[in-house]
Amino acid sequence: MEPLLKGTNLVKRYGKVTALDHCDFDLYPGEILAVIGDNGAGKSTLIKAISGAVIPDEGEITLEGKPVRFSTPIEARAAGIETVYQTLAMSPALSIADNMFMGRELRAPGIMGSVFRKLDRPRMEKFAREKLNELGLMTIQNINQAVETLSGGQRQGVAVARAAAFGSKVVILDEPTAALGVKESRRVLELIRDVRGRGIPIILISHNMPHVFEVADRIHIHRLGKRLCVIKSGEHSMSDAVAYMTGAKLPEGVAEPA
Amino acid sequence: MASDAKTATSFEEGLKGASEKVAEFHEEQSLLKKLQHWLHQTPSAVPLIVLVAALIVFGFLSENFFRAGTLSVILQQIAIVGILGCAQTIVILTAGIDLSVGAIAVFSSVLMGQITFRFGLPAELAILIGLVLGTGMGAMNGFLIAKMKLPPFIVTLGTWQVLLASNFIFSANETIRSSDIAANAPALQLWGGSIEPGGVKILYAVFLMIALVAIMAWILRNTAWGRHVYATGDDPQAAELAGVPTKRVLIQVYALAGFFCAIAGWVMIGRFGSVSPTASTGQLGNIQSITAVVIGGISLFGGRGSIMGMFFGALIVGVFEMGLRLVGTDPQWTFFLIGVLIIFAVAVDQWIRKVAS
Repeated sequence: MEPLLKGTNLVKRYGKVTALDHCDFDLYPGEILAVIGDNGAGKSTLIKAISGAVIPDEGEITLEGKPVRFSTPIEARAAGIETVYQTLAMSPALSIADNMFMGRELRAPGIMGSVFRKLDRPRMEKFAREKLNELGLMTIQNINQAVETLSGGQRQGVAVARAAAFGSKVVILDEPTAALGVKESRRVLELIRDVRGRGIPIILISHNMPHVFEVADRIHIHRLGKRLCVIKSGEHSMSDAVAYMTGAKLPEGVAEPA
Repeated sequence: MASDAKTATSFEEGLKGASEKVAEFHEEQSLLKKLQHWLHQTPSAVPLIVLVAALIVFGFLSENFFRAGTLSVILQQIAIVGILGCAQTIVILTAGIDLSVGAIAVFSSVLMGQITFRFGLPAELAILIGLVLGTGMGAMNGFLIAKMKLPPFIVTLGTWQVLLASNFIFSANETIRSSDIAANAPALQLWGGSIEPGGVKILYAVFLMIALVAIMAWILRNTAWGRHVYATGDDPQAAELAGVPTKRVLIQVYALAGFFCAIAGWVMIGRFGSVSPTASTGQLGNIQSITAVVIGGISLFGGRGSIMGMFFGALIVGVFEMGLRLVGTDPQWTFFLIGVLIIFAVAVDQWIRKVAS
């Protein structure tokens, strides 16, 4: 099987610091790939390179076999790669529906939409409500309430729902459960499986080992700016994974880099 | 080692039997909280309440206050500030500030007058050129702010001086007299015309201001562009990541503000009759428009408020000025009270924001 999204020899330097050091990356269709690594290992740079937030200095990224070069997150989004950022990227004073459709608003049919550029509020609200219900993460009474009046978990839910609703090729989730309680985390993990169920592969960045081992099909372990190894969650233990990513232990067949 | 994964999540078995409800909304029911939430969703309510209260108070204090003539004069007085306020509103919604609105207005009016009288172009064409140049001055602010990433306060503090000085240099400090304009280029004075239903004079300028406020209120509320203006002011990084072309939005906002200022410049010719490079709007227009915006409950931190609030804010200033004059107090009380109102408005804004926490 060919990888859906593939990174080869990616390099990114910030001054003298090499954040990505000839790193490879593969995401296969329909899988959940977790990316784990110690702080400063370069996993957020890797994710940013894939989602268009940083432009790698060297290397190539291919999506469905075709080389792509994103210079902004908007371009990556247009190609079907949706990202839920740790900061959530939502406008607090605007409503849930406004936020879900930010940058891809629906216009009203007929002359009101084409000439006067009127938004199709009812359709946007209906869609937003459906997506949030599908997610089941929360009961929202008013789809027009400002995002800042939601709790942290609810906000996270809206951001995840937005990505799940629009991501057609890949959904990237950066620490999606970091701000959530036990119950809300459970819902997000179920949602991740739902999204995969629809055939969309997911990249999950997380520090939460139980969550990673529970949902991920494969685990990409990042260390010192490159991929150290990829393990299957059934074949290794959590303590192995932690040992690999901190350098306490080497996986079989891998020589210590540097 | 699947068993390892199993034990690691086994703590969640404690969830069995726990309530299945998730994060539902139970509105806190204290009256003050409700008020705070309501104001949060209806940011123009505070100035509207203040306006109605001021009308009632002055209605009691002075029997002449509620005459149609008085009210039409109030509207007439705020016509220019209201149009400049439209410009200031969209800029402040993006968390910026435009100190050059008055300068652009005066310079545009001078350009319209001088192009007609010095270069002999038809007044209609001169007006069009003035509007285009005003838009260009605004776009220049936008370019410096969005592309050069300079702070709006500094950029517009600079362009305010530059444009006002250019205005004096270009016009050689010459005033074009009202009678000359009326005889040779009546189009320049268009907005000074009026209808007089039942003897009450209402300037065209008043209708223009109300129309501009209504159009902008609709655009800001009902178009994607309007939502992008709010998002850009609210959290520019988030807006950018969510797909809003924030730089383009900023340039468009400042250019549109320049266009409104040029319209205000055209209206000034109608209101004052003459074209004067020393019109007080060049200096006072900034402060007056910012005052209307702030009293109108639009947050200086961007992303919150409505243009209707600005309209109410401008009306409040007009009502205070007229009411206190009718009551016969020292006119300084007007500025005293407006100063108090500004601080009150910002305090209320801060309180409403706390609804989030």
